Formats: sequence, structure tokens, C-alpha cells
Amino acid sequence: MNIGARDLFLISPELLLVTLAVVVVALDLVIRRKGIVIAVAVVGLLVPAIAGVNVWNDIHATGVDTAFNGALVVDEFALYFKFLTLAVLALLFLSSADYASRFQPFQAEFYGLLLFSSAGLMLLPAAGDLITVYISLELASLPVIALAAYEKMRLKSTEAGLKYLVLSAVSSAVLLYGFAFLYGATGTLRLISFDPADPAIGHMLINGDPSVPFGGVAVMVGVVLATAGFGFKLSMVPFQMWTPDVYEGAPTPVAAYLAVASKAAAFAVVLRLFYAGLDPAAADWSLMFAVLAAITMTVGNVVAIAQTNVKRLLGYSAIAQAGYMLVGVAAYVGSGPDAELGIESVLFYLGGYAAMNLTAFFVIMAITNRTGDDSIEGLAGLGKRAPILAVLLALALLGLTGIPPTVGFVGKLFLFNAAINADMVWLAVVGVLNSVVSAYYYVGVVRVMYLRESDNPARITVPPYAWAALAVTAAAILVLGLWPGGLLEVARQAALDLL
Amino acid sequence: MLLSTIVFLPIVAAVLVLALGRTQQMARLIALIAVVGELALTLMAFAAYDTDAGGYQFVERFDWISAFDIQYLLAVDGLSVPMVLLNGILGLAAVLVSWNVKERPNQYYMWLLVLQAAVMGVFVSMDLILFFVFWELELVPMFFLISLWGTGRREYSAMKFLIYTFLGSAFMLTAMLTLYFSLPDGERTFDIMALMGRDMSGLLVPTGLVFAGFLIAFAVKLPMFPLHTWLPDAHTDAPTAVSVMLAGVLLKMGGYGLLRINAGLFPEQMTDFASTLAVIAVVSVLYGAFIVMRQTDLKRMVAYSSVSHMGFVTLGIASVAGGGSALSSVGLNGAAMQLFTHGTITGLLFVVVGLIYERAHTRHIPDLGGLAKQMPLIAVGFMIAGLASLGLPTTSGFVAELLIFLGTFQVFGLATALAAFGVVLAAGYILWTAQRTLFGPRVARWDGLTDARPVDVAAMLVLIIPIFVVGLYPKVLTDVFAVGIDPIMAGFGLAGFGG
Repeated sequence: MNIGARDLFLISPELLLVTLAVVVVALDLVIRRKGIVIAVAVVGLLVPAIAGVNVWNDIHATGVDTAFNGALVVDEFALYFKFLTLAVLALLFLSSADYASRFQPFQAEFYGLLLFSSAGLMLLPAAGDLITVYISLELASLPVIALAAYEKMRLKSTEAGLKYLVLSAVSSAVLLYGFAFLYGATGTLRLISFDPADPAIGHMLINGDPSVPFGGVAVMVGVVLATAGFGFKLSMVPFQMWTPDVYEGAPTPVAAYLAVASKAAAFAVVLRLFYAGLDPAAADWSLMFAVLAAITMTVGNVVAIAQTNVKRLLGYSAIAQAGYMLVGVAAYVGSGPDAELGIESVLFYLGGYAAMNLTAFFVIMAITNRTGDDSIEGLAGLGKRAPILAVLLALALLGLTGIPPTVGFVGKLFLFNAAINADMVWLAVVGVLNSVVSAYYYVGVVRVMYLRESDNPARITVPPYAWAALAVTAAAILVLGLWPGGLLEVARQAALDLL
Repeated sequence: MLLSTIVFLPIVAAVLVLALGRTQQMARLIALIAVVGELALTLMAFAAYDTDAGGYQFVERFDWISAFDIQYLLAVDGLSVPMVLLNGILGLAAVLVSWNVKERPNQYYMWLLVLQAAVMGVFVSMDLILFFVFWELELVPMFFLISLWGTGRREYSAMKFLIYTFLGSAFMLTAMLTLYFSLPDGERTFDIMALMGRDMSGLLVPTGLVFAGFLIAFAVKLPMFPLHTWLPDAHTDAPTAVSVMLAGVLLKMGGYGLLRINAGLFPEQMTDFASTLAVIAVVSVLYGAFIVMRQTDLKRMVAYSSVSHMGFVTLGIASVAGGGSALSSVGLNGAAMQLFTHGTITGLLFVVVGLIYERAHTRHIPDLGGLAKQMPLIAVGFMIAGLASLGLPTTSGFVAELLIFLGTFQVFGLATALAAFGVVLAAGYILWTAQRTLFGPRVARWDGLTDARPVDVAAMLVLIIPIFVVGLYPKVLTDVFAVGIDPIMAGFGLAGFGG
């Protein structure tokens, strides 16, 4: 196997990201002022981003390319997620600078671990075979275990770390077991192949090698086990149990990272595996995802109503939101003029979801950092104590409910569009009814902020860099809600690469 | 750009109020200028609408989300242009009646103006999705207005209002999307004007279900028995101006939707459903009227009378679908008239009730009495509204109800007879209430109360003028409505108002 300059060029964003991680950790040893380290981490993200733009220009001109003999597939779909991850990371660094100062003397390692994990998240959507999927997933997960337990003197944080460790291990094992079945049934690990001599799983399924023992059954078992394995990362019912616990226990920036970046990459790999690799078996998995979507959003929304801790609430909200996005995954229609609608709607929603969820987490982070109270009641009187933060949180929550003119509304519109296009009107109905249920608890938080008086009148201040991050995410909620066309077109181009 | 100006003027004003309205005087001055300007614009649109030419006028059409053929499409026809005017009138009344709001006046007027803009958007949108966006947008100001400036169980009522409306609109959204994807590729559109007169058979789901999706949303809003229970709560706990807007224009959105979408796009399903609708109408009329009798709270009384009066609208619509007669167009015109007249009449009732409550600090009917002695002007306003509400000739209430009964009698004779009994009940409860609150012996306890100030008189006059103008010269409205309902009549194979 030869590694050429082309391969290195195609993974240059990831290589530069890892380099940045090393630089940040090393700088911390020699530089006393932590502000500089943070600044390097944030500004340094521009380097992989520029490399990503380069790759995008190249891919856009010449078409999809593979690296490392097909182990990585670099297309617009993968690049969409790379940029999403980088953007989330930059915003997260900005907003958490204050919060992370409590991690001294290990603050730089905190950024380093996030960067390493992000490299995994960026490789994941580009995975061209099952081995790359697995390795990228582990690269993304292992640093998060440490990150979840970063506040090691706090019991809940270590509990979160341990939970994430155990569940990551279990889900990886299940995933590998599923991959083994797929490999056994088809004789290949390739998800996508442009080389007829080296066929991908999809080709083998279509051509159906009769000599494979238990062919159909093995594929189905493989599909189910792989779904279960990814289900953990997606917070999909019945593999969602860890989500609220880890969100509540982990440091808030880590929870935000898990809720947004990690979930986006998990959706990317699921879309890649099922739409590009296993589409001949769509009859097996499409309905399965539809049912799982319905159950996931219902469980998430109903249980969220009873929550009293705002981070747990966001945990259940993340489960429900995963359910909405699974609607797009389930909306498989094969080929045809609107075949990309399902993928496209998931990609668009992930972008909007990132804006809404990050806004919510950033506000919570800013508040809990001052008050140390992450109960919903702790948000009482926020409308007076921190009027702008309250407006932003309200905007994010109304967006997550799906009320126009936010991106949450158009995002859900596209998802349910895709469902109806795939003849799943029932799923769209379940989706919209779930939005109604979710209104109760999302608006419930808004109610606490504006209608409850607080006995603590202290105003909450926010550092300017956190304001910058909040301004970006909040503006995205409104701008993408009013002018969704641009992002939608990008998502469509990315989606077409999968088909 | 007239319609865009009408929709966005209040929004611009809302931003200005929020930014500049630091003092009560400043806030209400900006709001007043905005609503006066808005009324002038709506009067202009009403006057400029050419009834000879008919059809849709002032059309503004831009692509919004071209991937799904969603347009920014504004237009008015004979059905909507009076509703636009109504919203202009009530907006002014609402600001005048809130002259004394002291608590956070800038936010209060901001929400009030956003509310007016959202309702305006509903009446002028000719794209289903845009219609839906404005329909949902109206929830946010209503929620905040009721929960922050309301009285009594305001949080409960605000949430109940939100959930009910959201639930209704969930079905509407699914219906819209299903309709869209049912059309053959290339002909897909959300354009109401293009959908009018289209064959609605062969949808993805039975057409009746799509019809029902819309019907549920509008029945909640109108409200129809048994989906009305949110209304008395919302009315009772809302501040006066919000009650005025709620009764005046928000309920009308339901009736407007029934006419525009259910009757306009689905005449066949409407025909199948006509008898059921007539029964629901009669139940709403009588149930509402009987419940009014038992009320001891002035606002609850007016709220239930709205349920009763909106039953007449339903009956008028049902009569056209029920096979029709020579006079059917009269019935439909009456239903549209009832939307307008009820808006002004009940708006006035709420203004008066609000004025009484502001002074006496109670709405409990048994506690009141003899108020005509202390506040003769307010009593005059109450009597005008009450007499118009029970359909006294020379008031607009008489015209609307007469037209409805004329149109419906030949189609649903028994239903009309029963519903007409609702008018008798209305006479009973209105006069009885007037007697218990305004007349009778002077009550010493109320001696300190003042009569209406000039601004209160202005608020009443804004609504009294249209009551008499339409009552004495109904042609000013019926001619316009006739142009609007002719195409709907054509959908049922019936001759229009003119023929």
C-alpha cells in the first residue's frame, strides 16, 4: 500500500487538527498566560478549515476521491460534516473559555482532548470501509471518556465518565459484532467502491453470492447489531439511557460537544453506512428506523416533561431531537428525482440543531458558571437578571420546539417533507404531535425565566468572547430560519454524493 | 408592496418600541402612531381593492424556499381584504385600550404589534407554508401577553392556549405537506390561488384526512364545540387588549381558514361533511348560549357568547356545502359578514368589560350593579355592543345574522330554527347581564368610580363606528365579500352572489 501526496492532501484537515492539538498542549508547558493558549486553539482552527476549503475546491472540481486505497472517501458529504465539526469546536472554545478555567492546571489538555476527538469525528463521515468506521469512532470516543470525567473531584462528573466508558465499550463491541456478520455475509468491508475488482457491500448484496451461508439472515443480523451499536451514539431508544446522566454529570462544554458534534458525526456514519453501503437492504432497515424514530422522539419528549435539572432536560431533548432526525434517515425512497430528500433534511437539520442546541448550552454554561445552580428553578427571574441571555435561551428553545421563524421550524418542515415524500404520512403525524408535547417543556423553561421571581437578584455577566459565540449561534437560528435556501442547497449537494 | 408594508410596519414599529419605548408615554406614542398608520394602510387597501375587477389583487410573489416551491406570496381578494381592515381597526382599539399599561410598556407594545403583524400575515398569505408560518408566529406574542400581563391563572391559560393551537396546527402542517407531495412532480405547489378549483382526488392519503387536518386546526381556533375549552380561560386571564385581539381577529383566523381552505380547496369533502358541520354549529350556538347564562364573570360570559356566535359562522358555511339553495350565497356572505361584525362587536364588549374591570377591580356580575349611574359613557358603549351582539336592526350584528338565516333556512331548516333560538338566548343573557351590572339601584360602593376618559371613548368609538356603518349600509362590506365568495361558490357548482 502506497501513501502518496494525494492521500495526505485529502486528509490534511485532520492532520492539521491533530497537529494543532499537539501544539496547544505543548504551548501550555511554556506559556504562562492561558489566554494565549486559548487564542491559539481558536485561531489555529482556521488552519484545518482552510485546508478543508482547499480540499473542497479540489473535490468540487474533480469529483469524489478516495484516499488510502478507499479507506477514506472524501466527498462533499464528508466535507459538510468536517466543516460542521470545526465550526462547533471553534464556538465551543470561545464560549467555554471561562468555564474551562476551573480545569487548571489541565486546561490546555482539555482543548487537546477535544481536538483529538474531533479528528475522529471528522474522519468518521469520510469512512470508506467498516474498519475506518470503527477506528474513527474509537478515536472520537476515547478522549470524551476522559473529558466527561474532567471535573474529577465532582462525583457526578466521574460517574458520567465511567458511564460513558462502559457504554462506549459495550456499543463498540455490539458494533463490531454486527460488522463481523456483514463481513461474513458479503466477504468485503468496503462501503463504497469505484473499483469493480474490489466490490463494496452493496454490490455483494445486489449480486447475492449464493455460496454465502445464511446470506439474508446474516445481513439482517448485521444491520440490526450495527444499528444498535450506533444507537448509543445517536441517543436512540432503547440505547438512550446514558444520555441524561452523562449530560448532567459531564462538564457543560463536554455535554454540548456530545450533543452536537458527536451526534452529527454519528448521523453521518449511519447515513453513509445505510444509504451508501446497505441501500439494497433498505426494505429491512427503512421501516425499522421509522419505528425507532417514532419511539425515540416520543420517549424523549414525554420523559423530558418531568425533568427538574436543565442539563438533564437538554439530555432528553437531545434524545427527542435524534428521533426527529431519524425520520429523515428512515425516509428512504431509493432512486428518483427526490431521492436525496431524506439525507438532505437530516444534514440541514443537523446544522440548525447545532445552532439551537449550542445557543442553549452556551447560555446554560454562562449562567451555571455564575450561579452554580443547574436546576430549572435556578433560571427563575432570568428575564430580569440577564435579559439578553434569557432572550437567547428562549429563542433556542422556541427553535427546538419548531416555532417559526426559527431554523427549527424549517428544519422540521424538511424532515416531515421527506417522510411524506417516502409515503410515511403516519411518521410525519407522530413527529408533529411530538412537537406539541415538546412545546410543554421547552416553553415551560421560558415560563420559569420570565414568570418566576428569583431571590438572587445578582446580574449575570458574560465575557465578550462568549458573547461572540452566542451571537453567531443565535444569528444562525434566525438567519437560517428566514433564508434556509443556501444551507439547503449545500446539504442537497452533499446528499447527492451519497446516492 | 402595499401588503408587505401592512405586514411589516407593525414589526418595524415593534422593534422601535422595544428600543426607544423606555417610558410609558414614549412606548404608547410609538405604538399609537404605528397602529394609526396601519389602520390608514388597511383602509387604503380596502378602498383600493377593485370589486369590479375582482380576483386577487396587490399580488407580491417571490421565491422563498425554491427547493420546495415555497413562495413569499401575498395577495388579497374580496374575502381577505375586509379581514385586513378588521385587523387594522382592532389594532388601534387594542392600543387605545392599553393606554394605562405601566408594567414593562415597551415589551408589552412590542408583543401587541408583533401579534397584529402575525395576524395580518395570516390574512394576506396565499402560500400555504407562509400562511402556516404566520399562523404559528402569532402563538409567541399571545403566550407572553397572557402570561406576563394577564390576571388570575394566567400561566395555565397561556399554556393551554399554546398547546391547543399548536396541536391544531400540527394537523394542519401534515395536511399541507401531504397535499403538496400528492401532486404530480412538476405541478407541486403551496400556492392557494393555483390550488383553487383543482381536482383533489387521488392524494397520498384519502382526501378526507387532509381535509380533516385543516378542519381540526380551524375548529380549534374558531372555536367549535368541543374544541373550545381553551377560549374562556384565555379570555378571562388575558389583559383587555389581548381579549380584544383574541375575540376580534384571532378567532376570525379560524373562520377565514374554513372558508379559504376547507371550503375553497375541498368543496367535495366539505359537501360530505356539511350535515355534521351543521350539527356542530347548532350545538356550538346553543351550548355556548346556555353556558353564558351560568357565568358570573363578565369576561367568561363574553367568551362563551363568542363560542355561540361563531356557531353561526359554521352554520353559514355548512349551508353552502349542504347542497345549497338559491339563497346559499347569501348564507356564505352572512358567515363572512359575521366574522367581521363579531370582531367589532365582541371587541367592543371586551373593551367595555375591560374598562369596568379597570375601575371596579372585579368582573363578578353579582357584585356589580347600577354602574350606569357612575359611568354613563361606558354604559352606553356596553349597550351598543350588547344590542349589536343580540342582533338589533341598524347594527351590523343584525345584518350578518339575518343573511346567515336567510341562506341556511332552505338547506337546514331545523338547524336554522334551533340556531335562531340562540339569538333569543342572546337577547336574554345580554339584557339580563346589562340589567345586573349597569342598571338597578345605585350602589354606594361604586360611587368613587370615574367614567370613561377621552382615550377610552376613542377606543369605543373606533369599534362603534364600523358597527353602525355596516349596520346601516351593509353594501360596503357585502359587495366586497361577494367578490371573494363567488369563486368558493363556484367550487360547489353554485351561482355566486351576483347571479
